[in-house]
Order: sequence, then C-alpha cells, then structure tokens
Amino acid sequence: MRRIVLPGDFLSNNPKIAGYGTYVEGDKVYAKILGLFEETENSIRVIPLKGKYVPSVGDTVIGIVREVSANGWTLDINSPYQAFLPAMENPETKPGKKISDVLDMGDAVIAKVVNIDPRMKVTVTMKDKICRAIRFGRIVAINPARVPRVIGKKGSMIKLIKSELDVQMIVGQNGLIWLNGDRKKISIAEEVIYLIEEEAHTEGLTDRVAEFIKGRKNAQA
Amino acid sequence: MHKPERLIVDGKRLDGRKPDELRPIRIEVDFLKRADGSCYLEMGKNRVVAAVYGPREAHPRHIQDPTKAVVRYRYNMAPFSVEERKRPGPDRRSVEISKVSKEAFEAVIMKELFPRSVIDIFVEVLQADAGSRTACINAASVALVDAGIPIKGILTSVAVAKVDGTLVLDPMKEEDNFGEADMPFAFLIRGGKIESIALLQMDGRMTKEEIKEAMKLAKKGAMEIYQLQREAIMKRFLEEEEND
Repeated sequence: MRRIVLPGDFLSNNPKIAGYGTYVEGDKVYAKILGLFEETENSIRVIPLKGKYVPSVGDTVIGIVREVSANGWTLDINSPYQAFLPAMENPETKPGKKISDVLDMGDAVIAKVVNIDPRMKVTVTMKDKICRAIRFGRIVAINPARVPRVIGKKGSMIKLIKSELDVQMIVGQNGLIWLNGDRKKISIAEEVIYLIEEEAHTEGLTDRVAEFIKGRKNAQA
Repeated sequence: MHKPERLIVDGKRLDGRKPDELRPIRIEVDFLKRADGSCYLEMGKNRVVAAVYGPREAHPRHIQDPTKAVVRYRYNMAPFSVEERKRPGPDRRSVEISKVSKEAFEAVIMKELFPRSVIDIFVEVLQADAGSRTACINAASVALVDAGIPIKGILTSVAVAKVDGTLVLDPMKEEDNFGEADMPFAFLIRGGKIESIALLQMDGRMTKEEIKEAMKLAKKGAMEIYQLQREAIMKRFLEEEEND
C-alpha cells in the first residue's frame, strides 16, 4: 500500500528522481505537501490529497464568466487565479456581435489554458474541439486534488462511467466536471463522482465504482 | 488568583506533573467544514481552533505581491476565554503574537509558488491557560498541512518556564503568572528531526546555562508534540479507509 507522507518527511537521497510534491534541499528530497508517496524506478512523487487548483498550460478547465470587458471575458476557474479569455479566442465571436451576447456573466465554458505568465496571469482559449459554452447539463464540483482519480489510469475511470451510464462527461483539471445526458443517469454519475472524491486515496477503486454503478442501476430499474 | 506558597512540591508541580512533562494534548483535524484546512487543539486547559484559507485571490489588490503569496495570521482571544472578560478585538498583545507567529510561518510556507495570492491563517482562543500562542502555532501548523499548502516541514511549539528556580516544560497558568521567566519556542521539524528555530521569545530572566537547558527541554517536548500532530493527521485518513 502507498503510505501517507507529511510535509518535511524525508523521502530520498537522490535529487535526480524528485518529482511532483517534493522539494530538494542540500541533496536531500523531502515532501512538501500532505499526500500519498509513490515510488517508481526513476522517480518519486507525492500525490496530493488536498489543495487548490494551480493552472498549468494545456489543462482543460471549466470556468464561469465573472466579468465581461470590451476585449474578452474574465473567468473564475476555481483557483487562486482568474483566467482571461480574449474575444478572439472564442470562435463564436463575430464582428458586429456584442461581446455580452456571445457570453454573459454567469455563463459557464469549457476552455483550455494556453499561457501563464510569471505573474500568474492565465490566458485560456476555446479554439479546441473539446471547448464549448455550456448551455445545458450539470456541473459537479469536487476537490481538485482528486481529479486524477476521477480520470483514472489513462482515462479508465471516465471510460467506465461513460460506457456504463451512457452520459457525456468532461472533467476540468480545476475540479469542475460537466455532465450531460439522461437526467437519472446524470444523478448516478454525480453520486459516483462524489464516491470517488471521498475514497480517492484507497485501492481497488475502479472495481468498487463498477459495483456501485451496477447497484444503483438495478435500484432504479 | 493567589500566589501559591510553592510552585514545586517534592519535585512535582501543582498539577502533579514532573518538570519535563507536557500537559495532555488532544488534536482534531478537519474540525471546520468550510475552511480549506482546520484543526481543533487542546493543550491542558487551552482550547484553540485554527482555520486556514487559501491560497486565494488577494483583496484589496494593493496587498498583492507579484512574486510570492502574502501570509496573514490572526491570533484572537474570545471575550470569554479568560476569567475576567477580555474586551473583544485586537489589542497590543494579540497584535504582537500575530506578528511573531506570522513571521514563523512565513519562513516555512513556500510562498513563491503562489504569486499574487494570500494565505489566511486564523486562530481563535476559546479558553486560555498559559502558552496559548504555542497551542495556536501547533494548531495552525496542522491546519496548514490539512489545507494541502506546500510547506518545508511542520512547526511545533512549546514553552519553558522557570519557577522556584527550576525549569519546567509547558507551564500552566499559575507557573506563568508567578514564575521568574517564560520562554516560548517554535521549531521547524523536518525529516523527523528539529531543523531550526522559527520563533523564540522570552519574558523574565535566565542565565546562559539555563537557556541552554531550556532549549534541551523544549526540544524534547516539541518532539512529543510533533508525534501527536502527525498521528492526528494520519488518523483522519486512516479513519476514512475504515469506513468503506
């Protein structure tokens, strides 16, 4: 079993293998966050159990429009930093169309992080096939540190939920998840996501989730 | 409160402790659901709650630092925390404690990872015995870990006092009021060892030798508290597993 480590716990004498959630001081590797210690041949890392979402380039995020300005939108991405979506980065922007008619305060969008400057000014784009404005469906919020478990190894958990429940699902790295499909099935998917969040640090989760979905489906049938 | 004739009788303290013994400590992690990290801690008769929020957007804008996060620490005593009602709000004493504690935490939090943001640490004293600042630091450091904030190690704090010419660990009210000196410490613990001193204050007089001795005593106490802090955090995640 993977053990839980606390900040400051000594992990290794080899700074070359230090990965996520660790820091090096004087040739020694220590944990910097609370998390699960994972050790492979050429890397060690700490998988976080809690914490805020910090944007990184390439992430898919779900944002909510907080401010509309002449040249774009400011999005709340469930993080210490707001993101800016320039009008030109939204394919729905047309000359002559008012910015606030394209997206208004409170609208939700799926976007991709394209740039982060050293002062943590985050820029996102909607020029990607996964990106869209969200006008229907449901958004579920979870602890961003548990997102990797909702995705699963190479997307295995998402695949399982999508195929078993026949719902559309897009997971934002910032802990917001968009669900769309049959209302009853969405409700099961929501429960499943909360179950994964709750038990993210336990083993054999995929099997338990599969069982849980089966049970809920039978109950509804 | 009357001054007891002697604070140490037959090598034992008024509450029956040995000079190098801590008061009983109880720690509960994730005590508040709204905070990003929180902790409730009892250290003898001290009862404190710590809540950590952040990193989050810094408001007002002008307090933002473009290169690192800003740390705010607020130590506050409830009006009912002491026998005589304490006037609510910050006073000279609590502003000072907030400042020194903030500086202790600033040295261990990896602020440069979160430019332009703020990390808020609130500690409320519900019931005060002596050494409430040490209890608050212990609670705040558990709450920081619980919030998932990157830190170099865990801060553990304990005081040493001199009463009736003897050094005693973790003084309680009577010893603090009628003792000759009081010296709160906070240590950074990393890799299971005491790495550095993050806070050190003193009130009263001690000789050079006594300070050396006090340091030894405090280090011993801090390691014991560190184990309890560790256990409390671990317990929270092990419990979750048992509930499956």
